Amino acid sequence: MSLYQLQKFLYVLNRDSGAQEKYRVDLASLMGDFDLTSEEIVALKEGDIGLLYVLGVNGQILMHYAAFLGIEWFDYLDRMRAGIEKHGPVRDGVYAMTGSGASFTVEGGKR
Amino acid sequence: MSLVYAGVCSHAPGITGRRDLVENTALRDEFYANFDKMRLEIVESGADAIVVVAAEHFANFFMNNMPAFCVGMGDSYEGPIEDPAWLGIERRNVPGNRDLSRRLIVELMNTVDVAYAEEWKFDHGIMVPLNFLTPDYDLPVVPVNINCQGPPLTPLPRAWAFGEALRRACDSVDEKIAVVGTGGISHWPATPDSGKINEDWDRDFLDRLLRNDKQAMLNYTDEQTYADAGQGGFEIRPYIAVAAAAGTSGTLHFYTAELPIFAVGCAVARFDLN
Repeated sequence: MSLYQLQKFLYVLNRDSGAQEKYRVDLASLMGDFDLTSEEIVALKEGDIGLLYVLGVNGQILMHYAAFLGIEWFDYLDRMRAGIEKHGPVRDGVYAMTGSGASFTVEGGKR
Repeated sequence: MSLVYAGVCSHAPGITGRRDLVENTALRDEFYANFDKMRLEIVESGADAIVVVAAEHFANFFMNNMPAFCVGMGDSYEGPIEDPAWLGIERRNVPGNRDLSRRLIVELMNTVDVAYAEEWKFDHGIMVPLNFLTPDYDLPVVPVNINCQGPPLTPLPRAWAFGEALRRACDSVDEKIAVVGTGGISHWPATPDSGKINEDWDRDFLDRLLRNDKQAMLNYTDEQTYADAGQGGFEIRPYIAVAAAAGTSGTLHFYTAELPIFAVGCAVARFDLN
């Protein structure tokens, strides 16, 4: 149930300008509207893309959240890789990493 | 009046948002030119409105109330929900046509249990195609979503049935209607595997699609698709629906797997309506 709540938090945040404003001024209050675990609360407070990815947040929701945070594309991909290295494989959902963690884009590999 | 145009194209946020990171700019521009070719085909068809059959990404629908199909019924919509600078598309209102939507929905409901929505926020799944196909946003849009994101997903045979119903609906109204299906083909979007593309799978799917081989299209299982074409491959549903609406074979204008920074197999195709 908790992953559902975590994803719903991000779903609301991604699409609702009112929630985005609340996120900026009172994140704790916004999170209080959802039944989140302590691990999820820490991940959201820190904008921890890697942990959120490992927890199983749908990639499309996570990608839009990363864009909201202003995270650059290749940095976003690297943060997911780092999350797997630190926390292990994706625990839920259908957005697991299937490759070795290497870049599939020429541009990414050249950085 | 009738369905006057049916086509399909890939969507992905990188197509507009990461255009400046592309190494092979000639190939990128050829892709863009084929989007423009589709735009001209739609203009030449005389379409009064465009139905965009899409696979949205949690812009409007979540697992608290996830419809298998939803059709927009507004006089306008807004998008993108994404950061405009990230997507490379400015936020704007997009014209709809509530009356036309309503007539289409009423006909659809005779055979398919569609949801409808008077509010709808577009994400890249619709905004990226519109950016190329109606750059002046002067053609009313009727958005359609098929659930390709929140399992259990809409079964492929139901996507086909929806497409057939959409054809009947288009043929029942006075306006000339263009239908464009947009989704991924193979891709592993928004994961560390972003940029991974299964070209063989894509070409085989496009072959089945453009031969309009119903049985071959409906043979996929989600398990096979996930293994061979990634979670992005679930977005073949809009393509299949438009094939059913068209009821004819089609022509591939463009395909490449060589723009991985866009993180999707890039295709543009049309069906050869009689």
